[in-house]
Amino acid sequence: MLESVLVANRGEIASRVIATARRLGVRSVAVYSAADADLPFVAAADEAVLIGPPQPAASYLNGEAILAAARQTGAQAVHPGYGFLAENSSFAASVRSAGLVWIGPSPRSIAQMGDKINARNLMERAGVPVAAGTRESVVDLQAALAAAEQIGYPLMIKAAAGGGGIGMTAAAHPDQLAAGFETARSRAERFFGDPAILLERYVEPARHVEVQILGLADGKILAIGERDCSVQRRHQKVAEETPSPGVGADLRARMLAAAVRAGETVDYRGAGTVEFLVDVAAGDFMFLEMNTRLQVEHPVTELVTGVDLVEQQFLIAAGQDVSFASDALSVTGHALELRVYAEDSQRFLPSPGTIEEWSPPSGPGVRLDAGYAAGNTVTPFYDPLLAKLCVHGADRAEALARARAAVGAFRITGLKTNLQFHADLLESAEFRSGDYDTSLVNRLRPASAPSR
Amino acid sequence: MSEVRAEMVANVWKVVAAEGDTVADGDTLVILESMKMEIPVLAETSGTLARLAVAEGDVIQEGDLIAVID
Repeated sequence: MLESVLVANRGEIASRVIATARRLGVRSVAVYSAADADLPFVAAADEAVLIGPPQPAASYLNGEAILAAARQTGAQAVHPGYGFLAENSSFAASVRSAGLVWIGPSPRSIAQMGDKINARNLMERAGVPVAAGTRESVVDLQAALAAAEQIGYPLMIKAAAGGGGIGMTAAAHPDQLAAGFETARSRAERFFGDPAILLERYVEPARHVEVQILGLADGKILAIGERDCSVQRRHQKVAEETPSPGVGADLRARMLAAAVRAGETVDYRGAGTVEFLVDVAAGDFMFLEMNTRLQVEHPVTELVTGVDLVEQQFLIAAGQDVSFASDALSVTGHALELRVYAEDSQRFLPSPGTIEEWSPPSGPGVRLDAGYAAGNTVTPFYDPLLAKLCVHGADRAEALARARAAVGAFRITGLKTNLQFHADLLESAEFRSGDYDTSLVNRLRPASAPSR
Repeated sequence: MSEVRAEMVANVWKVVAAEGDTVADGDTLVILESMKMEIPVLAETSGTLARLAVAEGDVIQEGDLIAVID
């Protein structure tokens, strides 16, 4: 096992990784910005190093400062969490060049999947289903309109270097494509430093379902179940569950096999997630993207399998076997994750502020991965995720009942949260039936629909 | 005269309109950024943009004046 790990992240995911390190006797090092000095993850680590001012570019995206902190503390390995530098192949390479263990896939795997156009083309060649779309970067509106004629509407305008729903715009007809194309290019440049755009056929109604994979040290790829992530606002996830109520045994088997093929194609190591769009009416699915890191919603998979995914990341990075028998893996019950955001529960506008009361729920089957505590200030510099409220039940009905009780018992004051949204979601007939799709949130909260 | 004020702590990412512009209800005046989200600030009335109180890169607090429409 590793001796020590530096966690190059913040908030709940830093706390999450440090918890597993502690359980396994691995020394943990936190790095933090000046905005985060009082957060629980800083206190939870064995050592903590201030790496810069609040602005992400000067702290959590500052690879030099993070590597300096690793040298200073003698850390053996770097865990990137998600976001920030987690899918930055040159950072992964510089960690390795510094003689440290990178807890993630190879820089080459990251780069292959990081360019969405390249990833689509690779998957298509490997026989993984992809939606109709462009096979190279679309450089101007004229080319976009011509390509759209071939692909058909509605379609999605996506940043090739993007991910996580940022910089995505839908277009239902040529006028919307014309209106959205330049905005998409400038946002892609701003957010990802690369204006390359791809167009992809958009299927609606659809579910967003992803498969967790683990690339073992010996190169074997395991697919360990799916997560349904169809509850989204602004193309970003708000709640997830496993198993997916919209995926039957046959479809599941085909999706898991496709995810294994995707992992094999890029010689994947460690934890990764292959995201698909599921056309429920057609009983079919298409590759969306692969996230080459631990996923935010990994706890639901942990709850139904009993596997600690962060522990497996540590083991695989150290070249060791995983802690479970891969042929004996089974799914027990049903799990949900509700993302508790610092945002109002009607329009989902950000609500930074200082947390006065923080009284989390507890009880059978309840797991809380939190990034904050009472007295902490939530700043505008980072994403609005306060905590992930996760529940596990013997079946979906029990998981839903436990989720309702837990949401009702969770008390946060001092800033706005989306807890009321989650209460309404859990009461909605559509969500409770399990028969929902990615437009569910817009139906529950019409006022929140994006204006652009 | 109508004042447009900030609903939250945010950075001013883009200033879209300029003082003296004629704006219509629903036009984007500036785009704020907070918590990795872009938030367009819209005119809630039609008129002339009499004053624009923010510049790109400013950090503004909840309740701060952004613009005045005449």
